[in-house]
Amino acid sequence: MEQNITEKIISAHAGKDVRAGDVVFVDVDWALVQDGTGPLTMDVINEMDKGVDMPSKKCIFLDHASPSSKFELSDSHNKLRENADKYGMDLNEVGYGICHQVMAEEKVSPGQLVVGADSHTCTAGAFGAFASGFGSTDIAVAMATGQIWIKVPSAIKVELTGKFTGTASAKDFILYLIGKLSAMGATYKTLEFTGEGVRNLSMESRLTICNMVIEAGAKNGIMEADDKTAEYIKHERPQQKKDYKIYKSDAGAEYEKELTINLSEITPQAALPHSVDNVKPVSEIDKKIDIDQAFIGTCTGGRMEDLRAAAEVVKGRKIKKGVRLIVTPASARIYKRAMKEGLLEIFMSAGAVIGTPGCGPCVGIQGGILGTGEKCVSTANRNFKGRMGCSDSYIYLASPATVAASALEGNITAAGEEK
Amino acid sequence: MKNELKGKVHRFGDNISTDLICPGKYFHLRSNIPELAKHTLEDADKDFIKKMEPGDFVVAAENFGCGSSREHAPIIIKESGVSAILAKSFARIFFRNAINIGLPVMECDTDNLSEGDELLIKPAEGLIKNITSGEEIKAAPLMAEMLDILNAGGLKEYVMKNK
Ligand code: SF4
Repeated sequence: MEQNITEKIISAHAGKDVRAGDVVFVDVDWALVQDGTGPLTMDVINEMDKGVDMPSKKCIFLDHASPSSKFELSDSHNKLRENADKYGMDLNEVGYGICHQVMAEEKVSPGQLVVGADSHTCTAGAFGAFASGFGSTDIAVAMATGQIWIKVPSAIKVELTGKFTGTASAKDFILYLIGKLSAMGATYKTLEFTGEGVRNLSMESRLTICNMVIEAGAKNGIMEADDKTAEYIKHERPQQKKDYKIYKSDAGAEYEKELTINLSEITPQAALPHSVDNVKPVSEIDKKIDIDQAFIGTCTGGRMEDLRAAAEVVKGRKIKKGVRLIVTPASARIYKRAMKEGLLEIFMSAGAVIGTPGCGPCVGIQGGILGTGEKCVSTANRNFKGRMGCSDSYIYLASPATVAASALEGNITAAGEEK
Repeated sequence: MKNELKGKVHRFGDNISTDLICPGKYFHLRSNIPELAKHTLEDADKDFIKKMEPGDFVVAAENFGCGSSREHAPIIIKESGVSAILAKSFARIFFRNAINIGLPVMECDTDNLSEGDELLIKPAEGLIKNITSGEEIKAAPLMAEMLDILNAGGLKEYVMKNK
């Protein structure tokens, strides 16, 4: 039977051959929760009173309120710490990093099955793993029993050719694709990225792309693992053996739809309020959009590559008076590397504020909440109304280079266009 | 799950995100569901909680519940007294979460359902009768696995019963 990569990984974890549409129980390699979804997961586990001793590896991340901004959140953190001790779960402390970034740096391998109580768990698909987001109760059951039920998704194949030119980057591509597909264009489906265009992408770019497939409604995004994947793992985890399994789609695998996109044709893009599929090329935004805040960070846009691209734009310059530039590295590892490379120095000299590794203001909990009527251009993945903590505010999504250039100009501007 | 549900329609549009249902600014209230539920759907319709009567329905268009995986979104809708959600389509994680916490979700053509319409619903059969207009609508059938979970009262209850 010819299968695509997602069907193969699910088959391997279900112990039988599956096709799109089948409903199966699968063994889970990794199950994760964060500080917003984890407390509820722990309640459910405690109520089910099933020891959590199954082979899946269970991780807790204190990343959304990092550090905590309210006593209730501090209490939730303590609850998670207690349960981590009780059940022997791997607890990742405040400031250690955003769950999806730490999973990439330290944990996920090709061919694995990853589930998480966070919608951007799909990020790990960049490793050629099946990774998808669920709610707290599903993850409680996954943690307690080592299994979860899933319906095998049908797949859309996105063939990439060429490579980026100018300042265009992974973020511009994925915004462009979501604009094309719409916010529900891939609901319940797999987005499988293939072709030499993928081979040309760094692992960090691949993570950014898989991170945002949920914004088109997808269940997972996936890219076949290759030498770059192996190199990344070797670089980030020198101790790890290369014993993981690499799955590839069969030539005759079925796809519901196929599209081809040439990366060299991608230009800087922006998603306008209040929906992620409200995408336009930055050059076609007709009038200048003045901003109050520019934010570089999150599980989408807070990696080394992002910080380097932004630093290159702001190097030796000053951000516009009246604008706040907040730079929040996605993990402690990135924070240290950025410090060593002198990037934090560049940002601070330009007038930026550096946040603690974690989600920062992305979900409106701490570290840069917007005020009434304010506008923010951000490297995050969501611009829903109210997302950054104030229902009367406006979020524009763009690449790190665009966000940096916009901070210099005080309005939304592509890099290279700033004065 | 009850065989028959009766209540009024509260009407919403496309792409009602989990941020509109359960705003991030109340993140710290997630361990206090009754308090959090006072803000249900606040950013989509600030009067929703005031108008809402136990048993009523949330009715929307496409892609209801898009965005984050926060199970608190369906939890507070259920806590506020809503007995089912009807939409043309749902975001995947939201749909699953609603079933997992025992809140019926029905995918159907909602175009002719208006604010205040009175409905009689048989969730297991996927039948929706609009008492106000007399029209009948059929919802897409739920997978057998999902009906089992709903009938048990939720996934936790289902797993406990079957362990
Ligand atoms: S950075 Fe934003 S999108 Fe990513 S996990 Fe944190 S809150 Fe979610």
